[in-house]
Amino acid sequence: MGAVLAAALGASLAGCSSTGGLRAEQERAAKAAGGKAAVNTPRWTFAMVTHSGDGDTFWDIVQNGAQQAAVKDNIKFVYGHDKEAQRQSQLVQSYIDQKVDGLIVSLAKPNAMKDVVAKARKAGIPVITVNSGAEESKAFGALSHIGQDETVAGEAVGEELNKRDRKKALCVLHEQGNVGHEQRCDGAEKTFKGDLQKLYVEGTNMPDVQSSIESKLQSDSAIDAVVTLGAPFAPTAVKAREQAGSKAEIDTFDLNAQVATGLKDGTLGFAVDQQPYLQGYEAIDLLWLYKYNSDVLGGGKPVLTGPQVITKKDAAALQEYTKRGTR
Amino acid sequence: MSHTDAPPLQPAGPSESGGDERLLHRSLARRLMGRPELGSVVGAAAVFLFFSIAAEPFLRASSLSTVLYASSTIGIMAVPVALLMIGGEFDLSAGVMVVSSALISSMFSYQMTANTWVGVGVSLLVTLAIGAFNGTLLTRTKLPSFIITLGTFFMLTGLNLGFTKLISGTVSTKTIADMEGFESARTLFASHLTLGSVDIQVTILWWLALVAVATWILLRTRVGNWIFAVGGNADAARAVGVPVTKTKIGLYMGVAFAAWVSGQHLLFSYDAIQSGDGVGNEFLYIIAAAVGGCLMTGGFGSAIGAAVGAFIFGMASKGIVYAQWNPDWYKFFLGAMLLLATLLNAWVRKRAEEKA
Repeated sequence: MGAVLAAALGASLAGCSSTGGLRAEQERAAKAAGGKAAVNTPRWTFAMVTHSGDGDTFWDIVQNGAQQAAVKDNIKFVYGHDKEAQRQSQLVQSYIDQKVDGLIVSLAKPNAMKDVVAKARKAGIPVITVNSGAEESKAFGALSHIGQDETVAGEAVGEELNKRDRKKALCVLHEQGNVGHEQRCDGAEKTFKGDLQKLYVEGTNMPDVQSSIESKLQSDSAIDAVVTLGAPFAPTAVKAREQAGSKAEIDTFDLNAQVATGLKDGTLGFAVDQQPYLQGYEAIDLLWLYKYNSDVLGGGKPVLTGPQVITKKDAAALQEYTKRGTR
Repeated sequence: MSHTDAPPLQPAGPSESGGDERLLHRSLARRLMGRPELGSVVGAAAVFLFFSIAAEPFLRASSLSTVLYASSTIGIMAVPVALLMIGGEFDLSAGVMVVSSALISSMFSYQMTANTWVGVGVSLLVTLAIGAFNGTLLTRTKLPSFIITLGTFFMLTGLNLGFTKLISGTVSTKTIADMEGFESARTLFASHLTLGSVDIQVTILWWLALVAVATWILLRTRVGNWIFAVGGNADAARAVGVPVTKTKIGLYMGVAFAAWVSGQHLLFSYDAIQSGDGVGNEFLYIIAAAVGGCLMTGGFGSAIGAAVGAFIFGMASKGIVYAQWNPDWYKFFLGAMLLLATLLNAWVRKRAEEKA
């Protein structure tokens, strides 16, 4: 094994790439703001529990936002996630048992979380909900909700499609049974003047996503817009469009480095961002404000972090931020 | 495999030629009937016919190339998985291993700022080592392959995420499209050639090549006999001198090799890799092999059958889109289609065995 590694390292030194890679990134990297607390409040512990699956880009950015706010606010930040509602509520319970000073939860499956949020309130732990659960947040006794209204975001997409004079759009859902995904497509359908169709794909299997979009575009050449619901699926849709020889415009929800690049060079039309960084950052900040000053934002109404429609002209500025994982 | 009922001495002469021809014809038919992929070929034909009628765009050349592409991404893995199943074992880590392999190439190239080919090479070594690990652990501990590879499955899932986050700082890899060697590697793993109006994805060629090699190994080499023997009865095989341990480790390394090919396709096709992908795909490979006539208990099956199984899956999953059925029922249609194809497969094989 050692010999293999040595050989591989030797080979890599011999076969260096003069373009791209870590070195290039380090060369262009401007160091982000240093990690120092800006306040001298006690070192409280805030926990965040989301319904994210493993390795989800979106929630990674939420977490980055929370972490940076935590550094600034002198907070100890802990994070747990599970896509199964039951295990998510168990995680919340374990943080209640640890007597954390504040809780941030996402309510993707509100009914499963209802009891545990009530328990947190009973234990005197302030709760802020993020991302999903705008409707239930107040009823469950949370201080505020920070997130995007999925229907509103979908409506923004429909309007943007009208503006771009599209007639027939395809909405690509990468998780069957995800309520938020349905709301996005339904929202788009509501405002879009043309015809909108849904396509379900296996989100964890990229070749399947590609070939499904490809076959849809082949079977219906009238489709002139494809809307993906997650950033990683937009470049895949671009490949499918090329393979199918279609002229459809590819648009997407959410943002990442590849999407920013695609917007910049024109292979993508527009992206609707709900600014996940804000959801993490604001949640920590608002909990801190509540502990420090009893401040509450939103007055029981959700605080919206999106939708922000991003097009070619914004892409260049955002590219750098997507690379460091905060947009 | 042991047909001793044919008369050892056959009078050969022009006067007997009629009888000879009949005998020859029958033995050929019998040989065909005994092939494990026969049933799945009938199933594939049925699914093909069905969608040719139900979905108008299905028969277009461009659609068929899409279906073939979808089939090939499953088929590349289904071939070694079928061999492994013939050898009497499972591999639940196969789906995640594909993503591991892609992540290793990408991150090694990126972190070392190396030519992408170096990453591809390192990935081959590491992936083969994972396969060898599976095989060695299995043969040493004598635990069921279900447990061993389930363990590997979880470990790889965790390692994929942990390492990616540790090294890249995010859950997907950084782009390596601007690095040296990317274009040539893309040509090998993720290009497509145009033949007339038809687009042929390079994975289809990889798939066909793997099927050919695997079929040759199974039917024409001593190793092929070993694979059937260890799957049929490992103890008996060992008693007659078959290297059971080596054969099983080799089979797992075969799966690892195909995982490497699929992983490099993922990487050079999509450039950035999501570390959470691949979970659940192992079942698609096993389904393809099983639909193609590989027995779940080992000792019987073929690589061609697995390829046909992958083709059935590809046709069913894309045909549903071409047919524009209500997407709410997509999974149900897919399941029903696969079940019907498999039942037809089993029925045809039973008929064939009765006749033979």
